[in-house]
Amino acid sequence: MASRELETLYQQVILDHAKQKHGFGLREGSSGESHQVNPTCGDEVTLRVHRSADGRDPVTVESISWEGQGCSISQASASVLADLVHELPEEDLRARVGAFRELMQSKGSLEGDEELLGDAVALGGVSRYVTRIKCAMLPWVALEHALAVR
Amino acid sequence: MTITATTTPIDDAEALRLRADFPLLGREVHGEPLIYLDSGATSQKPRSVIDVERAYYEETNAAVHRGAHTLAGEATELFEAARERVARFVGARSDEIVWTSNATEGLNLIAYGISNASLGRGGEAAERFRIGPGDEIVTTELEHHANLVPWQELALRTGATLRVIGLTDDGRIDLDEAAAVIGERTRLVAVAHVSNVLGAVNPVSQIVALARSHGALVVLDACQSAPHLPLDLPALDVDFAVFSGHKMLAPTGIGVLYGRSELLNALPPFLTGGSMITTVGLIESEYLPAPLRFEAGTQRVSQAIALATAIDYLDAVGLDRIEAWEAELGLRLFEGLSRVEGVRILGPAPAPGVERVGLASFVVDGVHAHDVGQFLDDRGIAARVGHHCAQPVHRRFGVTATTRASAYLYNTTADIDAALDAVAGVRAFFRVA
Repeated sequence: MASRELETLYQQVILDHAKQKHGFGLREGSSGESHQVNPTCGDEVTLRVHRSADGRDPVTVESISWEGQGCSISQASASVLADLVHELPEEDLRARVGAFRELMQSKGSLEGDEELLGDAVALGGVSRYVTRIKCAMLPWVALEHALAVR
Repeated sequence: MTITATTTPIDDAEALRLRADFPLLGREVHGEPLIYLDSGATSQKPRSVIDVERAYYEETNAAVHRGAHTLAGEATELFEAARERVARFVGARSDEIVWTSNATEGLNLIAYGISNASLGRGGEAAERFRIGPGDEIVTTELEHHANLVPWQELALRTGATLRVIGLTDDGRIDLDEAAAVIGERTRLVAVAHVSNVLGAVNPVSQIVALARSHGALVVLDACQSAPHLPLDLPALDVDFAVFSGHKMLAPTGIGVLYGRSELLNALPPFLTGGSMITTVGLIESEYLPAPLRFEAGTQRVSQAIALATAIDYLDAVGLDRIEAWEAELGLRLFEGLSRVEGVRILGPAPAPGVERVGLASFVVDGVHAHDVGQFLDDRGIAARVGHHCAQPVHRRFGVTATTRASAYLYNTTADIDAALDAVAGVRAFFRVA
C-alpha cells in the first residue's frame, strides 16, 4: 500500500518517462552544453542545446539532447523537458524554466500550466517533497546553463 | 571498566522500553509511526541528554578555562569531568582526549598538524611527523570521504604519495594487498574501524601489525564503532582515533580526537588563537601542552557535557549488550534482504571471521536508491539514500547510490521486518517486477 501522496508523486506518466526517456542520447551539433550533478546522491545530467542553424531572429532552440543517470524523478524530468523543447524561441524557453521552478517551489499550492509545461505538470507532486525538488530541477538547471554558455 | 546492570541480552521488550526514553521516536511521519533506521547517519537523543544540555544553559553557562567567577569554575569542572568520562569510555587518559566539532575536524587536525610539522613547525619534537616526496600515506577503498579527502590534501600539500588498499569482491579489506602496499615508505595508515557502507568490522589488528612493522602511524576512524561496540583504544594500539558525538546519542557539534599522549604533545597545533597559548608575543607565541593546545577559541561546553551524559546512558545499557543486539538486528536485516528478489547487498555476508554491525546498504534492481528511500519514507521508515559520503566504495561495486538501513539500541525486530516488508514491495510499485 502506498499513500495517495506517493501515488501523486509517482504518477504513471512519470514512471513511463523514467523508463522511455525522450531525447536521451547526446547528439552532435550542439551550441551549448551543461553537466549538472546532485552531489548528495550522485545523480547527473549532461544536456545539450541544439539551436536552429538558419540564424532566425529571435534565436530558436530546435531541440535538446541529454544523457544521465539518477532517480526516476530526475530522469522523467529530463524526458518531459525534451518533449517540451521543440522549435522554441530562447526567451520562451527561459520563461518555461521559470514557470517550472515556480511550480517546484509551490509546496503543492500550484497546479502548473499544462499549455506551458506539458507533461512536466505531472511533476507538481514533487513540490511537496522538499528533498526531491533538486532531483526534478536538475535537467532544467542544466538547460539554463547550456543556454547561457554560448 | 564498565559495570553493566545486567548481562541478559537486549530483546524487543527492552528495546521498546529504551525507545520510550527518546522523545522524537514517538512521532509520526506521513501518518505512520516513525521507524528510524538512519542512526548510522545520526542517532536520536534520549531525554537525559536533552535535559542536561538545557540544564547547563539554565544553571551553569559560562566560558571555560578563563574567568574567576563561580559559574566559570563550575562550567570548567563539568567540561573537564566530561573529558574524563570520554577517556574512561575508550580506555584512555583524559590528557589524550581532544574536543573537536566532529570526526571530520579531528582527521583534519591530524592532517594539518602533520602538514605544519612538514613545514618545520613544532621543532625537534615534531620531526617524527615530517613527510614529503618519497613518503607514503595509506588508506583504503572503503573509507568515508572524511578519512580520504584530508589525506589527499595532505599528500598534495607535502608531495607525499597517497596509496589505497583495495577490497575483495565480497567487500572486505584485501589483506594481501595491504601487506603489499604498507611498506618501508609508509608513514601513516588511516583506516575505518567499521565501514559505514559495508557494515563489517575491519581487521584493525592485522593492519596495525603491518603498520607497526614499518614504523608507520595508525589513525582509526571509529565513527561507526564507538557508538555500537566496546572500544578500548590503547588495546587496539592505534596512535590516533576519532569519533562524532551525534552518532552516539549526543548533540551535534561535538567530536573526539584520541591521540597517544606522547604524540599529541609533539604534534604542532592546527587551529590557533585564544585558549591554546601560554605566552603570546607580538611576533611569536608559546603553546599549552595537549589536549588544550588543540582547543583554540571558546569551546563546545554544553555539547561536551551532553556527550558525557550520552556515554552514561550507553554504559548503563552496556556496550557489549548493544553490540550483541545490533548484531542480531543486522543479521535479520541481512538475511531478510538476501531473500528479496532483485536486491543486492554491498558488503560481506555474515560468516565466521566476518563480524557485521546493524546496518546494510543495498541496491534494488531497476529502482534508484532515492526512489526506494521515498517509498520507505511513505511508510514512516527513515533510511539513508545516496553514496553515504563514500563514493569510491560505491564505484568499486559499480553503483552510484544505495539505500542504507542502520539500526541502534532503540530498534526492534519489528522495525527490521517493516523495512523488509517495504523493500519487498518496491519493485512492484515502480513496475519493474
